[in-house]
Amino acid sequence: MNATVLSSTTAPAARPARRCRWCDTLDAWLPKLVVAPTFVCSLVFVYGYILWTAVLSLTPSRLLPNYEFAGLAQYEALFDNERWWQALSNLAVFGGGFIVICLAVGLLLAVLLDQKIRAEGFIRSIYLYPMALSFIVTGTAWKWILNPEFGIEKLVHDWGFTNFTFDWLIDPEWSIYTVIVAAVWQSSGFVMALFLAGLRGIDDSIIKAAQVDGASMPTIYRRIIIPSLRPVFFSSFMILAHIAVKSFDLVMALTNGGPGFSSDLPATFMYSFAFTRNQIGLGAASAMMMLMIVVAVIVPFMYSEMRRSRHG
Amino acid sequence: MKTLIKTLHAALLSTSLLAAAGAQAADVEVLHWWTAGGEARSVAELKKMLEAKGHKWKDFAVAGGGGENAMTVLKSRVVSGNPPTAAQIKGPSIQEWGAEGVLANMNDVAKAGNWDGLLPPVVANVMKYKGNYVAVPVNVHRVNWMWANPEVFKKAGVAIPKTWDEFPAAAEKLQKAGFIPVAHGGQPWQDFTVFESVVMGVGGPAFYKKALVDLDQASLKGPTMIKALETLQMVRKYIDKDAANRDWNLATAMVINGKAAMQFMGDWAKGEFSAAGKKPGKDYVCLPAPGTANAFTFNIDSLVMFTQKSADAKKGQQDLATAVMSPEFQEVFNLNKGSIPARQGMDLAKFDDCAKQSAADFTASAKSGGLVPSIAHQMAVPAATAGAIQDVVTQFFNSHTMTPKAAADKLALAAKVR
Repeated sequence: MNATVLSSTTAPAARPARRCRWCDTLDAWLPKLVVAPTFVCSLVFVYGYILWTAVLSLTPSRLLPNYEFAGLAQYEALFDNERWWQALSNLAVFGGGFIVICLAVGLLLAVLLDQKIRAEGFIRSIYLYPMALSFIVTGTAWKWILNPEFGIEKLVHDWGFTNFTFDWLIDPEWSIYTVIVAAVWQSSGFVMALFLAGLRGIDDSIIKAAQVDGASMPTIYRRIIIPSLRPVFFSSFMILAHIAVKSFDLVMALTNGGPGFSSDLPATFMYSFAFTRNQIGLGAASAMMMLMIVVAVIVPFMYSEMRRSRHG
Repeated sequence: MKTLIKTLHAALLSTSLLAAAGAQAADVEVLHWWTAGGEARSVAELKKMLEAKGHKWKDFAVAGGGGENAMTVLKSRVVSGNPPTAAQIKGPSIQEWGAEGVLANMNDVAKAGNWDGLLPPVVANVMKYKGNYVAVPVNVHRVNWMWANPEVFKKAGVAIPKTWDEFPAAAEKLQKAGFIPVAHGGQPWQDFTVFESVVMGVGGPAFYKKALVDLDQASLKGPTMIKALETLQMVRKYIDKDAANRDWNLATAMVINGKAAMQFMGDWAKGEFSAAGKKPGKDYVCLPAPGTANAFTFNIDSLVMFTQKSADAKKGQQDLATAVMSPEFQEVFNLNKGSIPARQGMDLAKFDDCAKQSAADFTASAKSGGLVPSIAHQMAVPAATAGAIQDVVTQFFNSHTMTPKAAADKLALAAKVR
């Protein structure tokens, strides 16, 4: 490797031209060749299947795929479906709550950890640890913690406060909020790590200069540090938003969409219609709507960020 | 080098031999999800019977859930033109697979085995697509059971309710005595199971059939359905508030250890009682759900036969169907599973009292017209429709505000989903 680099950069004239023609072709083609398998794979397995799902959503497919054209009938049926609307409004509640709380908690933890405290590494791994668990484990653990029969409510009752109620898990109006609790517990440590890395990247001399100018610590955070974390906000938002939209295993483990279907999300809706109710067409239509949601949220955000960075 | 070539040669030779052998012996491949204790033992029995006839059993068990994983595997196998010999599929799904044109005609076997004489017509119809047998029933579960702990009723000083009219008074007394009257798990299919038994008890078999099998709009919206939904609301009051998302076997455990008085669940619950060492009639009683003594909501597992290419495979398939319908298999399978044989006129000496009553009621209700498919267990209407109705039922069951009238209107709307 080193030899070829040397030969192509330092002494082209010393080598016969025949060999270098090969070098150039190889140089030109090697990156493409190396990337080609990944490119083909993602073309087929990501975009190909998106296309296939789009096609299926326009057919009357039920048990097995079938390729008659049915127009937008599946989409009409989808938006007539009360359960779909419930899933959408749950996504709004869950997505909003999850992203905002995660960002807030993550930032707060990162700022507190950044105060040059003792045993920082140890505390940091404690906060980061939930990330190592799968959502299934998180969901099951929180199901037990939140269950009024043997979780927090029982514990407080045993302490003697028998008026205490905490039954979000079994209340159809509140069950979606338990999903937020569990998801925030899982992901805020990760967001903290992102923010911490951002904080460490800020040039100390700016802060020192501000201190010399007599700015108080809160003002420094508000006016200098947090605004300069903007790219971290952006990447955290991207990661959290797509976790929210594709959220499936957490809901399955925590509430199984219940009570009733009060904590259904689009992903669980899609699964149950496509795979247990023999309505592949309707499931495909809901999957396409999920894609649209991701596109609608991420693309404008990405566009504005890209433009900003290009303009400096 | 020479040895390497030799081994390569040997390997090639053996694979080609294997391929040849595979083409000659008939593989019988059955896709199922009977993987837990008693069920797995039953399948082993079927394997033994087929191997005695000289076929090679290729186990194709896909565990998980209510067979969702298995169905996904099956779909890909069928689409790629390589279906298994048979698969565990039940109810109206048989018709959906029939419409795809991939099922084998088993009329010859059925005629030789006199299936028409051995199966009640309601059951035989489920097994047929366009008048031809395409499936063979394995067992019959009764869904409209009520499992009660007589000790609890004795302590509370009440009799076990026989009708829904007697139910509130009894439940009230049970509650006063400090028991949970109804053990329930708040999962959609369990809500649906209770709903089904309530509709049957309030409206009777004829109404049940009209509303939940034929999906008659007027019946779904009518006063009888509203009364059934009011009854369901009443039952809900006697369920403990922690029931949400509880598994059915945990609810059964509450009846077993005397925390709760009764549970509405199919006869697979019997396995939990047996595993806890309880005796029917003494430690627990099995009764038809209130008001459903003359009715039987059935849940029948069946093996559906897929079209095979080679004559050998067809022969294996026919032997499989014959073996499944044989009295020996029907007995051993159902003893292990807690259900009753689908085949009529069998000696039931080895079965327990609950199974004997179930079998007697099965025969009697087949004659009286009280034998109907269970909607909660995917026997009555296609999966899409049953799912839509289940959504309404579970929403009503968990809502504090929806009125029975509004729920009935929604039911009628859901029944139009195809």
